[in-house]
Amino acid sequence: MCGVCGCGEGHSHSHDHDHEHSDDHHHHDHEHEHEAAHTHAPGLSQTRMVQIEQDILAKNNRYAAENRRYFGERGILALNLVSSPGSGKTTLLTETIVLLKNELDIMVIEGDQQTARDAERIRATGVPALQINTGKGCHLDAHRVGHALETLQPLNHSLLFIENVGNLVCPASFDLGEAHKVVILSVTEGEDKPLKYPDMFHAADLMILNKTDLLPYLDFDVEQCLQYAKQVNPRIKILSLSAKTGEGMDSWLRWLKAELEVQRIEYA
Amino acid sequence: MTNPPGADLHLPEGCMAGIAMHELSLCENILQVLEQQADVQQYRKVKTVWLEIGALAGVEIEALRFSFDMVVQGSLADHALLEIIEIPGQAWCSSCNRDVFVEQRYDLCPHCGSHQLQVNSGDQMRIKELEVE
Repeated sequence: MCGVCGCGEGHSHSHDHDHEHSDDHHHHDHEHEHEAAHTHAPGLSQTRMVQIEQDILAKNNRYAAENRRYFGERGILALNLVSSPGSGKTTLLTETIVLLKNELDIMVIEGDQQTARDAERIRATGVPALQINTGKGCHLDAHRVGHALETLQPLNHSLLFIENVGNLVCPASFDLGEAHKVVILSVTEGEDKPLKYPDMFHAADLMILNKTDLLPYLDFDVEQCLQYAKQVNPRIKILSLSAKTGEGMDSWLRWLKAELEVQRIEYA
Repeated sequence: MTNPPGADLHLPEGCMAGIAMHELSLCENILQVLEQQADVQQYRKVKTVWLEIGALAGVEIEALRFSFDMVVQGSLADHALLEIIEIPGQAWCSSCNRDVFVEQRYDLCPHCGSHQLQVNSGDQMRIKELEVE
């Protein structure tokens, strides 16, 4: 049933490492000179060593590569939006969609542990959205996203937002095949979040500092926060905005259009 | 950073009560590889698993051990030993023009204090080898 990934076990996958048996110097526990002292008979116990040399996330990475190829062939810009819960991801999305939906084809994959509330908020703006409930899972993985693509069938040259589960830890490790991870941090969180969750800020290409309309009421040190983010990831780009008041949204929209254009050019 | 051992529980935000979901899902990935390799490499039981875990991989080793024992119960790796080879974090400092050791992604260069560091080792999570029968 699964055409993209061949969910069922036993599907073919190429191993390009053929060195498993080439290093004969490896542990052969039963050839020690003092073997006579052991009680076990040679040949009875078949304990042996095997080389694996495989990334723990190799399977996810294969699915992610498939998704990336799918996006590439269709000129789709896929963005993986990550943040802690309550940073305003869904509000940023709905406001972005309202501003762009007459210009661009936009679709959304929503990841949450439970409920379809976020997908419903997105659909209310008039664009297609698919909810993935991860249950106890704390992140989306590339396999589930691949299946969501089968259902959602995003249009060529469209903008696909993947709103990950609110969590600044696990989604950093799970590639979904996106062009960029975009990390959203709201000013109601601490300015030291980039230091506390360095893996996520390191994995992201763009950071959005959201809810800037609340700055007058808070002790949030913007400069310090941006410096922490740069410290963890010297290449990160940063935009400050308020999805609620619209302040700073124009830069974000320009970034989206520019990235979509790059995606279209690369796979034209 | 100078807390006495055990003073804080390192349960990152987003993890389920008491169980580090991140490490749990990593262990499920490990088990999938073990099961899939059983056919390829012709084994029925896994007795020891050697993992290479980088210091910058974002993995809590203790949580990983705990999750591993739980995940492999009843599988071909039931009661398998988990041997973890910790790989230090290393980065290229573009000011000093050399590799330096780092413990965290936000560490500054220990020699010149620059944060223009490009991590080049220590973020891996690999299954290195297995003892099987």
